[in-house]
Amino acid sequence: MTDAGITADGPPAPTAPGGPGVVQRYGMVAVFLAPAIVVLGVWIVYPTVYTIVRSLFGASGWDDFVGVHNYRTLFSDSNLRTAIKNNAIWVAVIPALVTSIGLVFAVLIERIRWSVAFRLAVFMPMAISLFAAGVIWRIQYQQDPSLGAINAAVASVKNAVSPPGVLSTASPSTKALSGSPQKDGLQLRSPVRKGSVALLGVTAINITEIPKTSKQAVKPQPDPSGITGVVWRDFKPGGGKPGVLEHGEAGLPGVTVELRDSSGHSVATAKTGDDGDFVFPSVASGSYHVAIGASTFAKPYGGVGWLTSKLITPAIMIAYLWVWAGFAMVVIAAGLAAIPRDVLEAARTDGGSEWQVFRRVTVPLLAPVLSVVFITMIINVLKVFDVVLAVAPESVQPDANVIALAMWRTSFGGVNDFGLGSAIAVLLFVLVVPVLLLNVRRFRREV
Amino acid sequence: MSLRHRTLACVLAAGAVSLAAGCGGSSGGSSSGGAGGSTSSVSGSVSFVGIWSGPEQKSFQTVIDAFNKQYPKVHVKYTSAGNNITTVLSTAVQGGNPPDLADIAQPGFVTQLQQKGALKPIEFARSAIQQNFGTGGTQLGEINGKLYGLLFKASNKSTVWYNVAAFKNAGVTPPTTWPDFLNDAKTLKASGTPAYSIGGSEGWTLTDLFENIYLRQAGPDKYDQLSKHEIKWTDPSVIAALKTMAQVIGDTSNIYGGTSGALQTDFATSVNNVLVPSGKTAKAAMVIEGDFVPGTATTGAKPVTDYNVFAFPSIDNSPPVTEVSGDEIVMFKDSPASEAFIKFLATPQAAEAWASRGGFGTLNKKVPLSTYSDPISRKVAQTLATSKVSRFDLSDLQPAAFGATVGQGEFKIFQDFLKNPSNVNGIAQELESSAAAAYK
Repeated sequence: MTDAGITADGPPAPTAPGGPGVVQRYGMVAVFLAPAIVVLGVWIVYPTVYTIVRSLFGASGWDDFVGVHNYRTLFSDSNLRTAIKNNAIWVAVIPALVTSIGLVFAVLIERIRWSVAFRLAVFMPMAISLFAAGVIWRIQYQQDPSLGAINAAVASVKNAVSPPGVLSTASPSTKALSGSPQKDGLQLRSPVRKGSVALLGVTAINITEIPKTSKQAVKPQPDPSGITGVVWRDFKPGGGKPGVLEHGEAGLPGVTVELRDSSGHSVATAKTGDDGDFVFPSVASGSYHVAIGASTFAKPYGGVGWLTSKLITPAIMIAYLWVWAGFAMVVIAAGLAAIPRDVLEAARTDGGSEWQVFRRVTVPLLAPVLSVVFITMIINVLKVFDVVLAVAPESVQPDANVIALAMWRTSFGGVNDFGLGSAIAVLLFVLVVPVLLLNVRRFRREV
Repeated sequence: MSLRHRTLACVLAAGAVSLAAGCGGSSGGSSSGGAGGSTSSVSGSVSFVGIWSGPEQKSFQTVIDAFNKQYPKVHVKYTSAGNNITTVLSTAVQGGNPPDLADIAQPGFVTQLQQKGALKPIEFARSAIQQNFGTGGTQLGEINGKLYGLLFKASNKSTVWYNVAAFKNAGVTPPTTWPDFLNDAKTLKASGTPAYSIGGSEGWTLTDLFENIYLRQAGPDKYDQLSKHEIKWTDPSVIAALKTMAQVIGDTSNIYGGTSGALQTDFATSVNNVLVPSGKTAKAAMVIEGDFVPGTATTGAKPVTDYNVFAFPSIDNSPPVTEVSGDEIVMFKDSPASEAFIKFLATPQAAEAWASRGGFGTLNKKVPLSTYSDPISRKVAQTLATSKVSRFDLSDLQPAAFGATVGQGEFKIFQDFLKNPSNVNGIAQELESSAAAAYK
C-alpha cells in the first residue's frame, strides 16, 4: 500500500491515468517483485502449505489420511512431551539469561581497560558454527578427567587438596576381609592378638598400578610382643589360590594399616614395606582388628557427569550461552553507545548512585535494544537443534530432546514418519508465529 | 570357471535387454544385443546411492572398475549418502525420483520400501546368487518368497575382540562356552583389568549383545519368530536371554567406567579402550562386537600381537551360529545396465575386488580365502562363508521405529536395561509394548 503511494508521488507522473504509463508502472513493479515472489513462493509458501497438508496424513503417504491423529500423538507420546517440556525450559531460561549477561558485559566493558580484548574474547564464539561449538563442549564435558577439560581443571585442584591413595581401588580376595574400600577400609574379620600374623590379600589391582618398588610378598615371622602381617596382591595369572600367599604374588608397599580396638577406633597405624609386610611392635594384650585404612583407596577425582541425563540440559545451555552472550553484548553495547551521555551525567549530578543510574536511566533507555535481543533469542531458542545434537550423547538425547530435534528424528532418523514430523514442524511454526508478529509490530512502530 | 560366469552373465544380460525394451527402459539403457568377446555391449548409466564413504567408497570404486572391464559401456555413478541413507532414499521415493540402485544396511527398511511398492524384484539374478551364496544367503534377500535384495557385503557380528596383554596378565585363554566366558571375566577383574568395554551410548551395541545371546540360548527358530513378532517380547525365552545378558551388563564393577561410563561411551571409544598398541595399558579386556571392530580402532594396535578375536561363546551347548548384518543391493528402476551390474555384484570377482583391499566379508562361498590379507580377517571371513546357520541382525529386521531409531524403541529400552539390569520383567514389557506399537 505504502509502496503504491510512494510511486504515485514519483516525479515522472504519467499524464493520462490508465494509459500506457500504468502498464509500464505495474510492469516495472512486477519485474522488481518477481524474484522475491518466486523465492518466497518456492521456498517458503509451497513448503509451508505442503507441510501443513502432509501433517494430516500417516507415515505411509498420501493414501493414508489420518486427520488430526498426528497432533494427538504429539501430546501423548512421552518422547515428544519431553521435547516440548525441554523447549519450554529453554524459552524460560535462555533469552532472559543471555540478555542480562549481555547487558552486564556491555556495561562493564565501558569501564575496563583492554575492553577491546575482552570484547573480542566474548564475541569470538560467534565466529564458530553452533555445531562445532557443540562438539567442543561435548569434549570438554567428558567425565573422565584425563579427557574432559572441565573435569580436569576441577580434578587438579581436588587432587591437590586431598591426594589420591596408593591404590585407586581393590577388592578383598576372600571373605576374610570385609568393609568397603572407600568408606571404612577393608578389615580382617577374625580378631588378632599379640603374636598373630595378619594376612590381608586384595585383588582387582591392575598390573600397572603395582608400585614400582614392590617385591615378592613374604609371610612375616610372628612377633611375640606385637602383631605382624602382610598386604599383598592376591593374584597371579590364571587367578591363583585366593587367600594363599603364592610365588609370583606381589607385596603392596606404602599401604596404611590400622590397628583397631574392639570399638573400632584406630589405636595405631603402620606403613607396609616393599614386600608388603608391616608390624605393630609391643601391643598391649587384648583382641584387635587389623584393617587397610580408607585413605589407601582414596580415589582420584572421578569427574562430574555433565553428559548424564540429569545435567545434560543445563550443560547444553551453558554451551549455548557461551556462543550467544557475545552477540547480546555487542548489540547492547551499540545501544549503550547511542544513549545521550548528558542524561547519565545529569542523573549523576542529581546525586543518583551508580545502581540507581543503571536501574532508572540506563535500562529504560536501552529497553528497545534489550527487547530486540530478547525476542531474537526467543526465536532462536524455539528452533534450537544443532547444539543439542552435538553435545548430547545418543543415550541421553531422549532426555535432552527439543522440538526441532524431535522433528528431525521423527522425519529422518529412521522412523521416516513424514506425517508426524510435519505435525511437529507445524507445532514449531505455531509457537514461533506470535513472537514473529510481535517483532513485525515493533518494526512498524519504529518505522 | 570365471570365463563361464562371464559368458553366462552376457547371455543373461542380452536376454534381459530384449525384455526391458518392452517396459520403456528408464535410464536410457539401449543395446544392440549380442556380446562379442569378453566385453558386453550393454550400455547405459546406473545411478547408485550407497552408505559407503571414505575408504569404503574407494573400495567400491574398484568393484565398479572391475565391472567396467566386462561392461565398458555402462556408466555407474555412485553417490554416498553415508548414514543418512534412509533419509535420502525416503525423500527420493516420496519425491518420485529414486536412484536406479541403492545399498541399504537395514533389511527392515528394505521391507518398508517393498511394501510401499518402491522396489523392483531381482529374480533375474536368482540363479547366479543361488549358485554363489547358497540357499541361506539367497533367502536373506527374499521378501514373501520373492527376491528383492542381494547381500553384497556382510559382517560377522558374532565375534568378541580381546586385548592379548590383558588376557596374558590375567592368565586366561579365549573361552568357548558361556560359563568359561563369565569365569574369564571374573579372573580378568581380579587381575585389575575390567573385562568389558561397552559402547552403551549407542543402543545398537546392546541389541547386538542381546541378539547373540538369544540366537544361542533360544535357538534360530525362536529367533525367527521373535524377529517377525510372532512371539511376544514377554516370552519366557526372552526373559531368560535378558537374565543371561544381565550377567554381563549387571557386573557393573567389571565394566570400564561402570554403568554411567558405559552409557556415555560411544562405539569407537569402546573399541579404542581394548585395541591398544603394545606398551599401553588396555582400559578393558574385551569388546563384544562384529568384524568391523579393527576397522574402527584408531590406536594403531596390531592384529595377533596386540589384539585377537574369538567367536561368541556357545550357550547351553548351542551349535555354531552367526549373526550377520550387511549391505543389501536393491533395485528401484530396472534397466539392462542395472540388471547387469546386480548380476556382476553376485559374482566372486566382484567380492574379490573389494576383499583384497580389506574390510570386507561376504556369504559368497566362491571367494577364495587367500583373497583376505591378514590371518584375522581370513578367520572371520571363513566362519561367515561356511556358517551353516546365519541370521540377520534382529533389530535391523524390525520396523525402524522399534529397531533402528536413536532414542526410542529397542535402542532406548536396552540403554534403560543397562541403567538398571535387575529390571528384567519391566524391560521385557517395555519392549513388547514398543514392538506392538511399531507393528500396528
